[in-house]
Amino acid sequence: MTALLEVRNLSKSYQGVKAVQGVSLQVAPGELLAMIGPNGAGKSSCFNMLSGQIRPDSGRIHINGSETTGLSPERIFRLGVGRTFQVAETCLSMTVRENVQLALQSWSTGLLTLRAFTGRLDRNFRPQADALLALIGLDDEADRSCRELPYGDIKRLELAIALAGDPKLLLMDEPAAGMAMKERILLMQLTSRIARERQLAVLFTEHDMDIVFEHADRVIVLNRGQLIAEGSPQSVRADPAVQAVYLGSGALYAQGH
Amino acid sequence: MELYVVQFLTGLANAASLFLVASGLSLIFGVTRIVNFAHGAFYMLGAYIAYSLTIRWQTPLGFWLALLVAATAVAVVGALLEILLLRRIYHAPELLQLLATFGVTLIVEDAVRLLWGPEDLVGPRAAGLSGAVSVLGRPMPVYDFVLILLGPAVLGLLWLLLHRSRWGLLVRAATQDRDMVSALGVNQKWLFTGVFALGVFLAAFGGGLQIPRDAVSHFMDLSIITEVFVVVVIGGLGSIGGAFLAAVIVSELNAFGILILPSISLVLMFLIMAAVLVLRPWGLLGKPLSRARSMATREAAAWKPLSPAGRSAALAATIGALCLPFMLGDYGVGVASEVMIAIIFAISLQFLMSVGGLDSFGHAAALGLGAYGAALSVQHFGVSMEAAIVIGPLVSAAMAVVAGWFCVRLSNIYFAMLTLAYAQIVWSVAFQWVDVTGGDNGIVGVWPSDWASSPAAFYWLTLAAAVAVVALVRHLTFSPFGYALRALRDSPTRSATIGISRQTIQHIAFVISAFLAGLAGVLFAFLKGSVFPDTLSIASSVDGLIMVLLGGFGTVSGSVIGAIVYKVSSIWLMSNTDFPRLILGSLIALLVVAFPQGIVGTLQIWMMRSRLFAGRPQEGTARLAETGGLS
Repeated sequence: MTALLEVRNLSKSYQGVKAVQGVSLQVAPGELLAMIGPNGAGKSSCFNMLSGQIRPDSGRIHINGSETTGLSPERIFRLGVGRTFQVAETCLSMTVRENVQLALQSWSTGLLTLRAFTGRLDRNFRPQADALLALIGLDDEADRSCRELPYGDIKRLELAIALAGDPKLLLMDEPAAGMAMKERILLMQLTSRIARERQLAVLFTEHDMDIVFEHADRVIVLNRGQLIAEGSPQSVRADPAVQAVYLGSGALYAQGH
Repeated sequence: MELYVVQFLTGLANAASLFLVASGLSLIFGVTRIVNFAHGAFYMLGAYIAYSLTIRWQTPLGFWLALLVAATAVAVVGALLEILLLRRIYHAPELLQLLATFGVTLIVEDAVRLLWGPEDLVGPRAAGLSGAVSVLGRPMPVYDFVLILLGPAVLGLLWLLLHRSRWGLLVRAATQDRDMVSALGVNQKWLFTGVFALGVFLAAFGGGLQIPRDAVSHFMDLSIITEVFVVVVIGGLGSIGGAFLAAVIVSELNAFGILILPSISLVLMFLIMAAVLVLRPWGLLGKPLSRARSMATREAAAWKPLSPAGRSAALAATIGALCLPFMLGDYGVGVASEVMIAIIFAISLQFLMSVGGLDSFGHAAALGLGAYGAALSVQHFGVSMEAAIVIGPLVSAAMAVVAGWFCVRLSNIYFAMLTLAYAQIVWSVAFQWVDVTGGDNGIVGVWPSDWASSPAAFYWLTLAAAVAVVALVRHLTFSPFGYALRALRDSPTRSATIGISRQTIQHIAFVISAFLAGLAGVLFAFLKGSVFPDTLSIASSVDGLIMVLLGGFGTVSGSVIGAIVYKVSSIWLMSNTDFPRLILGSLIALLVVAFPQGIVGTLQIWMMRSRLFAGRPQEGTARLAETGGLS
């Protein structure tokens, strides 16, 4: 198995607080890796280093064979990385389709060619955008302003935008946060299906353990910036260290009696 | 040596008044996020009222009492203004408050003229403090020493107020996170009013303090506001200690600049400001601003290219405009040309602001550089008008390549302030480099080619340029580049993760906008036959802002309407009324309250509201709630 995402010894501190300490992980094509851990475990910091929002203090990141440590988000996008955010980031002033069209245009031609100045965005990449919207089930909303969408739909739109760059790796920070239960399950099923069909590597975080155990191929557990467990959902669930983190108060409770 | 010591002490004395005004502006900005343009007007009003009182109460106690009474009176005016005007527009786009306070400045300017007459007034010396002491053999006014002590004293009092009172605690909390403070159940309204009144009090008191040193005049407001902006930016927006430090730095810079480098004394202050903004955008003692969470949205509706009906309307308007010279006299055609030039200027700024979210406070630089570029090439190289029309915008764009490289590294208010500094640097050069630019006398004899020399022909030229520029800007707005620019405004984070590089795209937009404004500048130079430093002044930048905000900066080209309404009414008022500023200022204040999203933006909301009653309730409500149309 050659890993699509390979992370070695990643560390980041903020004014002395060690947010991430020596985290290593790999994700293979077609694999869904869940990163879990309590609040403040360093999950978002990890994600932001992988997608280039923040620079790691040390460690190496390789994506699809090339080193991406310290590259800008724009460069990392060009290497085939799609990303969704814990709090959805879309362009609210544009329509649903335009959001996808812009990502498609950026991926295929960039936005600094002559045609980026002479053309009209809403006429470009229309079929491709509609295909992506159909894939995530937002085709009926294509002409609506993004501002008018329910939050759950905006989260789904983020997936379509992330897929527009024909990614090899998807980074999804709490993809289902803020969605209704049924929507969450559908979104995760869709994500796993796309990942297998297109052989995408997917790294995601999630607080809902049912979703994690249902959809992840493997799970890694972070606590206070360190990786404390790694393995199949079943083995992680049975891991005493993980239980101590998640059921810490329970253990104390048991001791007290 | 003695000279330097005295100059240093004079600088310290100057700093006192500057610090008071700046600390007031900084306080107000910190809590309410209003860039209070009227701060200079309150400073001036404080000086005028204090003048009237001090000439009546010429006792040592009377002098200080006069200052306090005057400052309190102005603070009451300020509080009323906050309650009656600003409170209504806190939820409107942030820049609208700047526009409202600019309207107030105009009102105060004419009110002062009305009440005190147009002449400069020389106030009495401070009773009991009118003597001089000898410092190293040179005389220093006693009053200057009082001022030197007063600055730190006020700083101490403010510190006590902010750090040792419950009210001060709330003010500091609101400066850090006003949403959180209101979530904790603090009555934000009265906190804002209180802070505004205190800030205005400080400005008015600072104005009164100047009476024994300087004549009271109508130009006090604009001259102080520029310096105060510089001080507040260097010190750090929202930082009182920073305002003090920066007031001292700026005052000493002025005191020694005139002594050591008289030819670039004006530029110096703005160069320092620009350097601070580039190296430490949040100022010497300031902290990076937390972004206000309740960002008012800009669009009433998703932008669309013109519908067939819209195209027909635009065509009809153009044909109507083509016929104007047959209906108007030469004077009217001249005014119409000026309006066309204003449209080009406004739309170039709107592209930057509405599409790019880059609020430039210094767009006059782009306008003026175009005008000077053309005028200088005509004067020195005798080029034709046709060549100058190309050269002017290129000069403006070339300078924007350099300035923009720095500016786009900053965002929001810091971007605005750096563009202001840029414009002021260019203005200072035009003003002080007399050998080349003619300084205050400007450059004259910039006349159009023969074919364009009749008023009608020149008007058609400006009309053609305006139509082309508006069409071009609309096209760019809907081009992939325009979308990339808008995406950066909507969500910098998302933009980066879909491969849009912020600085490159914004830099290009800055240059395009400068090129177009430069074209407006060239046409303006040929219309007037001359260029003066005024073209580069803050007032000229503010003109641009007014036209964009008045038209509606949530729209693609609302500023066309904004430019027509503003230019026509201001030209008409200037020539037909005795107190044009009073009327224009009131008009601006009224329009801001009545059309918080600008004229075109508000009309769009009304249209949507009518559609809402026509049967698409859900969609309409969602949109209206988002745009603040229902609040």
